[in-house]
Amino acid sequence: MSTIKERSEFILRTPAIGPALALVVAVVVFSITTDTFLNVDNLSLVVQQSLVIGTLALGQTLVILTSGIDLANAAIAVFATLLMAKLTLESGMPGVVALLIGIVVAAAIGAVTGGIVTGFRLPPFIVTLGMLTIVTAVSRIYAAGQSFPVTDDTLGFLGQKQYLFGQVEVTYGMVLMLVMYIGLWYALTRTAWGKHVYAVGNDPEAARLSGIHVRRSLLGVYVVAGVIYGIAAWQALGRVPNADPNAFQLGNLDSITAVVIGGTSLFGGRGSVIGTLVGALIVAVLRSGLTQAGIDNLYQDVATGVLVIAAVAVDRFSRGRQR
Amino acid sequence: MTPVLAAKGLVKRYGRVTAMDGADFDLNAGEVLAVVGDNGAGKSTLIKTLSGAVIPDEGEIRVNGEQVHFHGPLDARKHGIETVYQDLALAQAQDIATNMFLGREKRRPGFLGAVFRLLDSGGMRAEARRVLDELGITIKSMTQPVETLSGGQRQAVAVARAAAFGTRVVIMDEPTAALGVAESAKVLDLIGRIRERGLPVVLISHNMPHVFEIADRVHVHRLGRRVAVVSPKTHSMNEVVGLLTGALRMADDGTIEEVGVTTGLNR
Repeated sequence: MSTIKERSEFILRTPAIGPALALVVAVVVFSITTDTFLNVDNLSLVVQQSLVIGTLALGQTLVILTSGIDLANAAIAVFATLLMAKLTLESGMPGVVALLIGIVVAAAIGAVTGGIVTGFRLPPFIVTLGMLTIVTAVSRIYAAGQSFPVTDDTLGFLGQKQYLFGQVEVTYGMVLMLVMYIGLWYALTRTAWGKHVYAVGNDPEAARLSGIHVRRSLLGVYVVAGVIYGIAAWQALGRVPNADPNAFQLGNLDSITAVVIGGTSLFGGRGSVIGTLVGALIVAVLRSGLTQAGIDNLYQDVATGVLVIAAVAVDRFSRGRQR
Repeated sequence: MTPVLAAKGLVKRYGRVTAMDGADFDLNAGEVLAVVGDNGAGKSTLIKTLSGAVIPDEGEIRVNGEQVHFHGPLDARKHGIETVYQDLALAQAQDIATNMFLGREKRRPGFLGAVFRLLDSGGMRAEARRVLDELGITIKSMTQPVETLSGGQRQAVAVARAAAFGTRVVIMDEPTAALGVAESAKVLDLIGRIRERGLPVVLISHNMPHVFEIADRVHVHRLGRRVAVVSPKTHSMNEVVGLLTGALRMADDGTIEEVGVTTGLNR
């Protein structure tokens, strides 16, 4: 009897449903309209192309859930790639050590960002805008106009392929991204840490009065996000074994795009990492499909932009009806 | 009988403004004590002090006769004092069970809880359901987000949270202010049921009919201090209003007398 109501409540409570349907529709449409989209190699490539942005978007989701935004994520990851590459090339450091140093430095930058946001109560938009400028400049100074090829096996590990069922191309990077998404989904939905992240994004004052250490929770989010950006750097080196200070200049915005398309609210406290995964895949599918359909890159940007605005509009509309 | 919660000579100054000027307070076991006062009389400051949100400049607070020092809401909570704030302090997008246990979630026993920090979601839902049932609150699903509830239901969830965790005192700040007639009646019922469970309630309210319906004693606050404690059985609403506006005064022997009005105009 009340199934319709229950169903609509289920959709409201499971914000990844809409994006998932959109992903299915996009895949079906491109499969019908192009000859080359629907084959195992191309689908595998689509996923591989989403790895770096998908990982950056995972950290971005955390920050956005606390009603913040992180403009510096891609810059931090680029700096980490340079650090990892240069340490192995010039200091002869083992790849594992360089990798860990890169991730720790990314986490430390996250800690500084989080420390400024919580300590001085400054808006994350401004703080991360500043960090974007600083980290980008430091990267260029550190790289001194060069880019650094990566020869180390550990740093390139995520690009290595295995073949499932003899033909499905799977990289270790794909596995790692999936594991990270599942891990963070678990942490956000099944642990107190995650409940507190949502509560802080929802209503910081209510969270404080409920006995949550709001600042500690926020700081934790920025540090975890930093670790994720460090791992995004590893993903980037797996995709393209070359650390370039000019790479991923729009990575911050692309990651926000994936988060928003995935149904996470920019106002904080609502959304899911599963939605972000779907969002990252939608962008990759759209790019690939439009390319196969012979549509120019710039028109693909137009399509992505339209999608972002549509996603926010849908979010706003559904919220408006709810209240 | 030792009061469950008592305060003596509380003073709080904000710059030149004295919000509390030697305020006393007593809450006895098993009673509903209403705190009434005009806007700016310092009720909020008094209540925030008792719930740990404001630290007084002077004065002492006693819980069951023992002096305590609250440095934050968590300290008061550790002494079994729970507060229902006027804006309810609920995370709107999160569900009822999550809100009930926010900040004090229960983990699964054993390995899953200790290592994987897995929450006992089923257990918390069942516990939330049990408390709501006990208080006679009918809400269909514990996984409903709070924002889908009516104002009265939200109030009920906040009250149930306080009742579930409060072991000594429940403080409620204007619980009926935002509610309609029917929903207010339900909240008053709820207060009565908490009293039946043996928990004393401090009720801050502007609404005299509500106060007179439910309170055992009425604490009248004026100009930063307690000016009278009266019983709704022996005193009228008009007398209480007179006391809180300053038109009436309670003499040392407990009788109520009129205050001569000196406006300075008839000089």
